[in-house]
Amino acid sequence: MNIPEHAAKALLEEAGVPVPAGIVADSPEGAAQAAARLGPVMVKAHVAVGGRGKSGGVKPARSPTEAHAITGELLGKRFGRHRVGEVLIEERVTVATELYAAVLNHPAGPARRVVLSARGGVDIEETARTHPEMVETLDIDPRRELSRRAARGFVARTGVDTAGPAVADALVRMDRLHRDIDAELLEVNPLAVTDAGDVLALDCKLVVDGAAAARRPSLAAAAAPEPLTELERAARDLGLQFVELGGEVGVLANGAGLTMTTMDVIVHLGGRPANFMEIGGDAYTKARPALELVLAQRGLRALVVNFCGAFARTDVMVDGLTAAWTELQPDIPAFFTIDGTGAEAARRMLKERLGLDPYPTMDGAISAAVRVAGGGGPA
Amino acid sequence: MIVRSHERVLVQGITGRQATYWTARMQEYGTRIVAGVSPTKAGITHCGVPVFGSVREAAEHEPPDVSVLFVPPSSVKPAGLDAVAAGVPKLVILTEHVPVRDAMHLIAAANEAGTEVVGPNTAGLVTPGETSVGFMPAFDPSIFHAGQIGVVSRSGSLGTLACLNIVRAGLGQSAFIGIGGDPALGTRTRRALEVLERDRRTEAVVLIGEIGGDMEEEAAGYLPEMSKPVVAFVAGRASPPDRRMGHAGAIFLGDRGSYASKRQALEEAGALVLDTPSQIGSVLTEVAG
Repeated sequence: MNIPEHAAKALLEEAGVPVPAGIVADSPEGAAQAAARLGPVMVKAHVAVGGRGKSGGVKPARSPTEAHAITGELLGKRFGRHRVGEVLIEERVTVATELYAAVLNHPAGPARRVVLSARGGVDIEETARTHPEMVETLDIDPRRELSRRAARGFVARTGVDTAGPAVADALVRMDRLHRDIDAELLEVNPLAVTDAGDVLALDCKLVVDGAAAARRPSLAAAAAPEPLTELERAARDLGLQFVELGGEVGVLANGAGLTMTTMDVIVHLGGRPANFMEIGGDAYTKARPALELVLAQRGLRALVVNFCGAFARTDVMVDGLTAAWTELQPDIPAFFTIDGTGAEAARRMLKERLGLDPYPTMDGAISAAVRVAGGGGPA
Repeated sequence: MIVRSHERVLVQGITGRQATYWTARMQEYGTRIVAGVSPTKAGITHCGVPVFGSVREAAEHEPPDVSVLFVPPSSVKPAGLDAVAAGVPKLVILTEHVPVRDAMHLIAAANEAGTEVVGPNTAGLVTPGETSVGFMPAFDPSIFHAGQIGVVSRSGSLGTLACLNIVRAGLGQSAFIGIGGDPALGTRTRRALEVLERDRRTEAVVLIGEIGGDMEEEAAGYLPEMSKPVVAFVAGRASPPDRRMGHAGAIFLGDRGSYASKRQALEEAGALVLDTPSQIGSVLTEVAG
């Protein structure tokens, strides 16, 4: 779950990490009013994407008139898949030094990894490539917190000399916040040191673990909406993972691994997958709505149904799917393979209800589907 | 990670609907289920075994070698810590959607206590002809058959497909190790390879990976030390790349995580990387047949 900058900064501030004053505006007029209150400001496209600064999404404005004009240009502009619907107007700060600070999960540890670089700013990735020694890391046992003492030692080691104690304090607070809210990534770039020696978080990227949504309802509500198609949104509301990909061969499979593999083999055999649709795990009883969503895509010419049941019972999936098929009577050729848990009953059901036999192999079913869809030939 | 027929298995969350169904399948297969745990139903007998309120109490009755967790996501951490504190040597965590923070906490505690963790979000472990721990279709003879191929897979469904192709080629498996699909796993790919390299019955290894994370790249670093041939398939070649927020991903992972990076790392380390899982059979017949 990506948390928008303004909401992420509110959390930082609550955790005791200073942030600049900021106001969200969704119109040039609102931006001008905010600028009138804050003085010289930065106008930022309020979208949850990386590399925004480098692609013209952050601009200084000296006056409300300038803020009005810049906001007019930014609203509606696209950054990646995101359209700018609002801007963040922030007080402009005189910066002496820009640091990079982050706390992220390091599963191989397992650890929370604290990161600090004396050379923060938009070129941090370049710095990490050319001067890896400029990016220092400290791994924390996930059961413990970063102590003040360890933070001070860490800051000293990175060569951050100005405002060392304030930076160490900010890291301790970031580490605690990361842990308290089930974050995956809490990144402050830049963490500015002002002329007065204060520390200020000028930007914040916050990603919260989706698996923790149930126990972090306020964060789940604050999360930036994923830019989804209408069908993808309908699928999400049903608890189904569905991604439209634009090809001609529809995919219905169980388990993310098998679904991706079905797409891979479609491409390998010369076709183009229409979608990712996974009904494995707890979702294996949802074959019916899954089928309806896959069939609702435009430009579909064939459907591959690839079930290889482990936890997901193929008899349950085929039961739901054949019932929906009988009712919908879709005018599209379907190519099945069915193996694993419940396969015998599932194959019998498919034969009785739709008069179809599954293909003995996945590649057989996919190659037939690709042929019907008009692609194919040797890969 | 290779569970033998003499090993005693405990089922945590045994009274749930899925746990009941799969405990019966595991018992039919010959897995030695000795007890169950349910914090609310202690004292009853379920699936023919006694149910205790905690792992500690179950261990007093009969110390288990393995505990398999069928508990909901929010209970994984306390249930797992209960098993670690009771000194259970191996935990198999089937639950999906476990918060990463909980998983990392539990894995850190298990590492310290010397408890081996498989999962979370694994489909389980199968030793064909001996045991099944989890929800793999071990009972289906078209998929599992005792033999010489060790299989490591992040995905249960794709692991099932790999095993099916092995049996179709007239071969069988020495062990199936489902490591799980979550970002933070107790057993990473490399560790599973080490176990199969040491296992005397295993003559060749099938590695089923997926895009994302850097476990395949990490495992590739171990391949030169292995004496057994490795055949690999990595799912996700046709998937759109992950959209990364922030710079940390680029700083610490670089290109690792992508299909190209995983394939290159595995091939350079000497693995044979396949374009479709259907090639597993014929390739294995050549390298191990």
